[in-house]
Amino acid sequence: MTTELVTLTIDGATVSVPKGTTLIEAAKQAGVLIPHYCYHPSLPSPAVCRMCLVEVEKAPKLLPACVTTVAEGQVVQVHSPAAEKAREGVLEFLLINHPLDCPICDQAGECELQDYVFQEGRSGTRYADYPKRFNPVEEFGPDVLYVPNRCILCTRCVRFMDAVAETPVLNVSERGDRAYIGIDPDHALDHPWAGNVVDLCPVGSLISKDFLHKARAWDLDKSPSVCPGCSQGCNIMIDTRDDVVVRLRPRPNLDVNRHFICDHGRLDYRWMNRGDRVEAPLIREGGRLRATDWDDALDRLAAAVRDAGQGDVVLLASARASTESLGLLRRLAEAAGGTVSAAVHIPQGEEHSLPGIPNLALRAERVPNALGARLVGYTDAWDATLDRVASAALVMVLDLHLPELLDRLAAATGTVCLLDTLDREWPGTVAQVLPVSTMAEEQGTWINRDGRAQAYHPARHAPGMARPAWWVAAEAWSRLEPGRQAEAGVDDAMASVASVIPALDGITPSRLGLTGRIVADAGAQA
Amino acid sequence: MSAAHATEAGTHSPVFTGDTLARLEALYDSYPTRQACLLPALWMIQEARGWISPESIAEVATVLGLTPAHVRGVVTFYTMYHQHPMGRHVIQVCTTSPCHLNGSADVVGALLKETGCGELGATSPDGRFTVVEVECLGACGFATPMLIDDDFIESVTPERVAGLLQGYE
Amino acid sequence: MGFPHPLHPGETPVLSTYFGDPGARSHAGWVERGGYTALRQALAMPPSEVVEVVKSSGLRGRGGAGFPTGLKWSFMPKEDGRPHFLVCNADESEPGTFKDREIMRWTPHALIEGCAIASHAIGAERCYIYIRGEFTEPWRIMTEAVAEAYAVGVLGSSALGSGRRIDIVLHRGAGAYICGEETALMNSIEGKRGNPRIKPPFPAQAGLFGLPTTINNVETLAAVPHILTRGADWYRGLSLGNPKSTGTKLISVCGHVMRPGNYEITLGTPMRDLIFDLCGGMRPGRTLKAVIPGGSSVPILNTTEVEGCVTDYEGVVAAGSMLGSGGMIVMDDSTDIVYEIYRLTRFYAHESCAQCTQCREGTGWTVRILERILRGEGKASDLDLLLDLAENMTGKTICVLSDSCAAPVVSGIQKFRADFEAYLTAGRTHALAGV
Repeated sequence: MTTELVTLTIDGATVSVPKGTTLIEAAKQAGVLIPHYCYHPSLPSPAVCRMCLVEVEKAPKLLPACVTTVAEGQVVQVHSPAAEKAREGVLEFLLINHPLDCPICDQAGECELQDYVFQEGRSGTRYADYPKRFNPVEEFGPDVLYVPNRCILCTRCVRFMDAVAETPVLNVSERGDRAYIGIDPDHALDHPWAGNVVDLCPVGSLISKDFLHKARAWDLDKSPSVCPGCSQGCNIMIDTRDDVVVRLRPRPNLDVNRHFICDHGRLDYRWMNRGDRVEAPLIREGGRLRATDWDDALDRLAAAVRDAGQGDVVLLASARASTESLGLLRRLAEAAGGTVSAAVHIPQGEEHSLPGIPNLALRAERVPNALGARLVGYTDAWDATLDRVASAALVMVLDLHLPELLDRLAAATGTVCLLDTLDREWPGTVAQVLPVSTMAEEQGTWINRDGRAQAYHPARHAPGMARPAWWVAAEAWSRLEPGRQAEAGVDDAMASVASVIPALDGITPSRLGLTGRIVADAGAQA
Repeated sequence: MSAAHATEAGTHSPVFTGDTLARLEALYDSYPTRQACLLPALWMIQEARGWISPESIAEVATVLGLTPAHVRGVVTFYTMYHQHPMGRHVIQVCTTSPCHLNGSADVVGALLKETGCGELGATSPDGRFTVVEVECLGACGFATPMLIDDDFIESVTPERVAGLLQGYE
Repeated sequence: MGFPHPLHPGETPVLSTYFGDPGARSHAGWVERGGYTALRQALAMPPSEVVEVVKSSGLRGRGGAGFPTGLKWSFMPKEDGRPHFLVCNADESEPGTFKDREIMRWTPHALIEGCAIASHAIGAERCYIYIRGEFTEPWRIMTEAVAEAYAVGVLGSSALGSGRRIDIVLHRGAGAYICGEETALMNSIEGKRGNPRIKPPFPAQAGLFGLPTTINNVETLAAVPHILTRGADWYRGLSLGNPKSTGTKLISVCGHVMRPGNYEITLGTPMRDLIFDLCGGMRPGRTLKAVIPGGSSVPILNTTEVEGCVTDYEGVVAAGSMLGSGGMIVMDDSTDIVYEIYRLTRFYAHESCAQCTQCREGTGWTVRILERILRGEGKASDLDLLLDLAENMTGKTICVLSDSCAAPVVSGIQKFRADFEAYLTAGRTHALAGV
């Protein structure tokens, strides 16, 4: 099916867009941002803020760009005097009751009201002689506060709950300039996806309690990543301040999560900042673990693999690990020569869908890379693999913290090598602990439940001497035979994995871009 | 508002039972959706209770398969639905320009005095009247019009007020 | 109460013939007076022919916009298999307008007949009549009349035995001026807040419940039976020279005239005659100061403009305003025009639905500036500020409530600037009674 294209001019730039496109979206193609508040590409458009009014040749009035569709030969002026005057008017009206409390507002710095007033607003107020409307702050939900004084009634939050979450607990109450966002008194804003209203709010009216007064927007460093919370693989931005993760926010990916993430994923980031990390390689000597350097540690890991000989090797890993790490670790295990039993642990939880968006849910599989793990040869047969620990010649564990596993390791008879993030009390059977980075500290690739390979990128520094697990595996493997070269980077690591798993050919983190790519024959579930 | 919540909380007896429910159900065929029965249903509540309480909002939401948030948004949009308990008789008097030109301000003054309400929106100490100012009642040629409950009275003058209030106990 | 004045020779009674005649309220009384012959006639005609008759009569919407009625009907899709709706707008709430109320009070069957004919014409089986909540008496009378119409078989599964189903459902509003706006009214019937909708889609494509809908004012529909029985030519002939404005129009006159009330005039009647002859002119010792001719939402006319104004759609536009709903607010020289304009803006601020920014915030701000002026605390720059706000509020919102608030302010300042300046420079003040 071919899409009929319509050609038009927006602020002098000519663009061709599919028929039916709105002016606001067409303008994006022309590199023109039409200021707006109520419009959001993932919500129905009510055209109420009237901020996106533009001048269209031959139209008797200014038209709202969010609901006006393109027409052949249309000439659109976003920055004509009439359109700019209209927007200046809207901004002035919005500021009538908006408190200028930006110095204490979390939204400051990423506030669309602030931005547009700065760009196009009046330099002074003509409303100085009246008190502003005042309404007290309300608690809307476990993580959402409503500051009605800042509200510009764009109704994005109401529309999100109505049309996307399909749990209409918000409304517009009253009329005229007495109107406010109301909440059903018997319900809280506790839908598993409710936190999105905070991101949707263009001003600081709906704010996150978790992030309240934590940081100023301009102090944040932002890194594109992927949510580790489940197999959906929602795209996120990790916001850090002074190397501390302070917030996770959705990053748009129309094919995966549109503009949303669930509250489970949003709020599960504190582990990324844990202080009780392994910071140096540890080796057991004289019954206790002592720190050593990487060179020594890698030699010992290589030796452990060599010593396993034809004996069974058990490889247990977190499915939060990158495909690169899982793949190279398996290569290391196989280098020993014995039978390798590799398994990932996949914790399960309740599934919570976002009804208004097809194929978007907090998935029952609460790990991001179950599919990647299966693809590179790990099984979900967790219990059966665990049963092999006791008799295995070599047990390697990547970043797993299950109490049941510690009990099994304590009963192990072979060599136990851990690649771990957390410093804990380990059983006496553990021979070495090698510090590895978390997903927040490294680059890597996960494959979501739909077979989409997506890259995540480092948002903070790894503590101490911690390195990515793929590096540890590659370095140890290179020491097994002279002339072997360890992979120099994560792209090389993936290339090596792909040499065994052809489906992964060409899937390297630096070539995946910000939206990822479907892996053919990945065994996607949907 | 919250005080009113407290008094009724837990003691709400449903409006939509027996005849009232039958009257509501009789409307279902008149509309393609249940939601469209909301305005009529709210009128039935107000007829029965004199105002629309949060408990009634919850009840009508359940009966019509709507959410309380939606119902509340609707109730607060339409000024004739009372969100608070009112006097036994509600007087709505028009003061929009056409009536103002013909002395509606004096009619309001007389009403506040005669009823003992003292101010607009307040209920008289004996609970008999609440006087509210409303926008255009649509009888501008017969200024000043007012509604006492459902009785539409035209050409009200300050002199007529005392007499007109008789009979509303 | 609300009793009509004695017929004035300057009137052309068509719709108002039976105003004041309680006998016309019942079905039997209506039939005695020639009622329901038009419906019988229409049901025997193909719908398209009914539309043609109305088209050629020149009938235009009497609710305010003046859109040609037959043309509007012709926009309805033909044989598209979907249910169609007729909606009668009886939410008469425009300050100064009180004509539909009289039609419903005195001749309920005229409206029912008009609705039934229109339903047939547009292929609707059901008509909703949306009556504003404050109209308790019209509601009661219409309720009785509709019940009667069902009882005698005018309405129901076979209207007048034609085999054609026509139902009428009365729907009561609950206090919201904006529901007189057609798309807001549809939302209101659907059980929602009365927020105006974005157009397109237009009602004929996706109206009430998303289905093809025609919405007409009470007076428009009540005129239809007369057009059917007496013919399009007769109706088109009711015009004083302007072929675009035909027929009769009920003009509601209120304010400072000796005989306020509804006057049915042939379109084209000089406004001066209407005020000074039909309505008996000003009170003794008073002179005319201003007229708001089309309900409160249109620009104010001063005496000079009234002088030459012809009361039809184009005539009032030529004079600088609009015929609108035909609600005429007459003000004599005792009027404090600043206060009256303030009172109107308060009306709009109260009625704004809260959707569009300019309307939600602009109406309230306009009120506050006018309050300051009335208190004697206005600033020299306030008039320019009001005009600038009005510009920002005009032509930029989903519906025209915002424009309606701006219109009297702009025209008031343009035409009665001295009245405003008396507050700004001469120390005048006005008590702000009420809230």
